[in-house]
Amino acid sequence: MFEAEVRRAPFDVAAAHARLSALGPGVGAVVLFTGQVRDEPLFLEHYPGMAERQMAARIAEARARWPLLGALAIHRFGALDVGELIVLVGTASAHRAAAFESAAFLMDWLKTSAPFWKRGRAGWVEARASDDAAARRWLPSKGEG
Amino acid sequence: MTVRLLYFAWVREMVGAEAEQLPLAEPLPLGELVARLRARSEGHARALAEPARLRAAVNQDFAGWDALVRPGDEVALFPPVTGG
Repeated sequence: MFEAEVRRAPFDVAAAHARLSALGPGVGAVVLFTGQVRDEPLFLEHYPGMAERQMAARIAEARARWPLLGALAIHRFGALDVGELIVLVGTASAHRAAAFESAAFLMDWLKTSAPFWKRGRAGWVEARASDDAAARRWLPSKGEG
Repeated sequence: MTVRLLYFAWVREMVGAEAEQLPLAEPLPLGELVARLRARSEGHARALAEPARLRAAVNQDFAGWDALVRPGDEVALFPPVTGG
């Protein structure tokens, strides 16, 4: 199962975990990351179509890079209150390293390539250079081929 | 032929529209297309004044200012993304 989903409604974290862990007898590790609204309510705007397309592309890249048995990315849009979950990334693999690393890779790239924009009380949230840096660490270093 | 234009976040607010059409007969570099759009209204001029503050997608993939836009393409202009 390799899936990207964009939705307004809340998602079920336990159900996401259950789907990943039930992918077969070879699954030995499942990593789930969830991101949530902090400090103040947010409104999330998105680009329908491109959001799903970019999330699916990042999942395909993760799949090519790590021995994954499944990966799932869910991102919400619309009005979200403090404490509500915005995003879920989940990966399943035989061993923990691939599951941990690919989940971090997916989250870092979703932050910089999935077309969502947050608006808070003070207006549109500015992009952070630290997010770009986090994504860039996954690029091949010079000389590595 | 036309190009379908989409705007998001503060670019959408400044332009005052979420979507519009631009007549286009020949392929045109994205940067030149944006320069042409600036002449459409004061809002366009303000929203698109600084390309360094903008990101763009052509047919739902990120594109640089030298990318060629063709008649029939979907072009989106927006601020750097802040999801996750």
